[in-house]
Amino acid sequence: MNRLLDIQRLSVSFGGLHALRDLNFHVDEGEIVGVIGPNGAGKTTFFNMISGMVRPTAGEILFEGESLIGLDPNQVTQRGIARTFQNVRLFANMTILENVMVSQHCRTKQNAFGALLNTKGFKEEEAEIRRNAEEVLGFFGTRLVGYRLEQPASVLSYANRRRLEIARAMATRPKLILLDEPVAGMNPKESAELTGLISKLRDDWGFTVVMIEHDMNVVRDVSDRVVCLDYGETLAQGSFDEVSNNPAVIEAYLGRPLEKKA
Amino acid sequence: MTTTAELVTKGAFDLDWRKVARLGGLTALGLVFIALAGMPVGLDSRILIEKYLSLGYVSLLWLSLIMGWLMGKETLLEGMTATRKSSRDAVGGACVGALGGLGLAILGLLINTFDLRDPLVNWSPQTLDILTFGGGVGVVVVWIPICAALGAVGGALHLAPPKVAKATIAAILTVLMTAIFATFIVDVVSPLDFLYSKNRELKLGWALVLAAVAVGFVFSGGGQQLARVKADYHNTTGPAKTRQTAALIVVSAAVLIIIPQVAGKITQELMANIGIFLLLALGLNIVVGMAGILDLGYVAFFAVGGYTTAVLTSPNRGEDWPGWFPTLPWWGALMVTVVVASLVGLFIGAPVIRMRGDYLAIVTLGFGEIIRILFLSDWLNGYFNGAQGITNVPPADFGVFEVKGTDPRSVFYLVLVFAALSIYVSWRLEHSRLGRAWMAVREDESVAEAMGINTVNVKLAAFVVGAILASFSGAIFAAKVGSIFPTSFLILVSIIILVIVIVGGMGSILGVIAGSVVLVGILGGPKQPGLLQEFSQYKLLIYGALLVWMMLQRPEGLVPNVRRTRELHQDEFLQDAWLKGQVDTGEEEPAVEGGEVR
Repeated sequence: MNRLLDIQRLSVSFGGLHALRDLNFHVDEGEIVGVIGPNGAGKTTFFNMISGMVRPTAGEILFEGESLIGLDPNQVTQRGIARTFQNVRLFANMTILENVMVSQHCRTKQNAFGALLNTKGFKEEEAEIRRNAEEVLGFFGTRLVGYRLEQPASVLSYANRRRLEIARAMATRPKLILLDEPVAGMNPKESAELTGLISKLRDDWGFTVVMIEHDMNVVRDVSDRVVCLDYGETLAQGSFDEVSNNPAVIEAYLGRPLEKKA
Repeated sequence: MTTTAELVTKGAFDLDWRKVARLGGLTALGLVFIALAGMPVGLDSRILIEKYLSLGYVSLLWLSLIMGWLMGKETLLEGMTATRKSSRDAVGGACVGALGGLGLAILGLLINTFDLRDPLVNWSPQTLDILTFGGGVGVVVVWIPICAALGAVGGALHLAPPKVAKATIAAILTVLMTAIFATFIVDVVSPLDFLYSKNRELKLGWALVLAAVAVGFVFSGGGQQLARVKADYHNTTGPAKTRQTAALIVVSAAVLIIIPQVAGKITQELMANIGIFLLLALGLNIVVGMAGILDLGYVAFFAVGGYTTAVLTSPNRGEDWPGWFPTLPWWGALMVTVVVASLVGLFIGAPVIRMRGDYLAIVTLGFGEIIRILFLSDWLNGYFNGAQGITNVPPADFGVFEVKGTDPRSVFYLVLVFAALSIYVSWRLEHSRLGRAWMAVREDESVAEAMGINTVNVKLAAFVVGAILASFSGAIFAAKVGSIFPTSFLILVSIIILVIVIVGGMGSILGVIAGSVVLVGILGGPKQPGLLQEFSQYKLLIYGALLVWMMLQRPEGLVPNVRRTRELHQDEFLQDAWLKGQVDTGEEEPAVEGGEVR
């Protein structure tokens, strides 16, 4: 299998705090990787670094063999990495359709003159953007289409906002999609449904997925491989069973049993 | 949607005394402020109704009426109790008015006793004279019953059947408007001057006739018909709507082309000024309203446009320009101006654009001043003549048609062409890939960047488009005025353009048009007189009051942009959506019409 993302000895520190330390990580094409770890383990920082929002202090990030270090977030997205946010960050006052249309920005190229002269190319591209948007939104069944298209994102329920975030990331046509806690705040039924959709992201759409998630059922059901972070270091990686039975992981989550005093 | 609230009957004197004290105190403070700001004295010479009413007195009368009305106003809440309208409202209004009048009376007595003319210029015998109607000091108490009566009328508006209330307001407004806008009305439709006496004072008889006409209009249901036509237009959709909109645009264009033909110089001048500021406001609307970049130095681009055109067309430009430097006709200069303005936009934009929020506002403020001071400086004196400015800018010559300041009609037509162009540009861009990117940047810049938008380029594009629109305005301004001075580009201009955009409604093209008409047309631009010429001394005071009121009551502007309204009234919006059953509760939904699964 092709190595899509390869991270070598990545470190970042904020002042004296080492958010990530010498992290090695890789993703192969077509994999679904689950990233777990207790709160403050550095999972979101890890995503921020891949997507270019935080600059690492040391180390290397290779995507399809090319370095991502020093690129702006929009260039990273252009290369083919899209992400969602843990604290849902939609464009709340834009409509659902516009949210998905705007994220195709880096895949389209009509400039102001096309819009002013209403050229054939402009009209075709607008139609294409709209078609793509509806296709992506259709991925979630009827929830985000129909009369909802023209509604602002702010009226959506929490679960649907999360779905729209995923749709927005999908619309950038990425190779690798980073999901930051995709099922947080969903009820068991909704998260089970989303679990199915995450596998579909790979099987039907051909995306490679890296997912931060706290819901172990989701992680178990969908991940090919699980990586556990703690204090900015890789604690364990392997299949879900291997990781979940690893004593270091259990210790990180639950703490060390008290030693009996002699 | 109607609100159903349970009605409770209360006695006439069972008032909310706390509210009475608050509104009464406000009325008193307001009246004393107006009196000490010098409005009654300054505006007394402007007689509205022959022999009976001057604008100076109107400035003291209106407040009690409004406050009396506010006293009886109640916010109806679904399911809560409300007070039944009764004589209580009139009594409340009268109390509020009386308190206001008391304030004026005390002011009169104080003026008579102490001398505070040193800090307060209007602490003067003239003010006292107005307050006592030329009689003795004691007469000043008469303000208590006058204001009380007005307050009672204001309160009683709640009691009267809606039609009567509407008719009263319509009659008062019609008479006042006809009287205040006398010069303008006669200028547009000169045969109407029979309404006025020689000094443009409305004749009492005609004032009564006008009031009767207004009342008749309301009672004949004219207002409802207008409302119905508006609602019809609002509810039409699809191709019919497009047709209606197109028709509306054609009709307004026709009206705009015809008015300057029939109207006099004053109106033409006014329309030309509105147009010049409209062009500026449309440009700033792209920068602030669409892309969310708070640019406080927008006047810089207006200055660059004006100076570039002047330098390229005038024989009186500075002496240091090399001999080969061309003198172009206006339209040739315009093309160069556009290029220069976009370059300046890029130069100023490039360092500024990486900042966000407050920092960006402050830096743009600085650049706005830097540009003006450069034109003023000794260093560039040889090029721009410093404070003397560049004079003798020739009129814009189009062969068949010459645009010059002495012929405001021609200026207006030129402005109209460019305004139409700018409106088209704003409208097309708003619904394009670039427009969507601007919106995303305004909503959340970091996320927009993570979604693949090159925020620096997109924001620079907004800056450059804004700069080009402003340079149009500058070029026309140069040809109109015939000379360009650094003092035409004070920071006040930036502020007024920003106020136009805010008052009109950020991000809304119609709002910006409404804003320019209201602010520049009625109040006047930084140096240009508006319809309310009498108030030009108090222009900034009124701007300030208007802005405060807007921010409190209608932050989305006069003709708001839909999105902006949602942003500012998120709670109400969600509540409405909930009542209409549109909010998504997150439960499994049945398949919705038109939303088939792909």
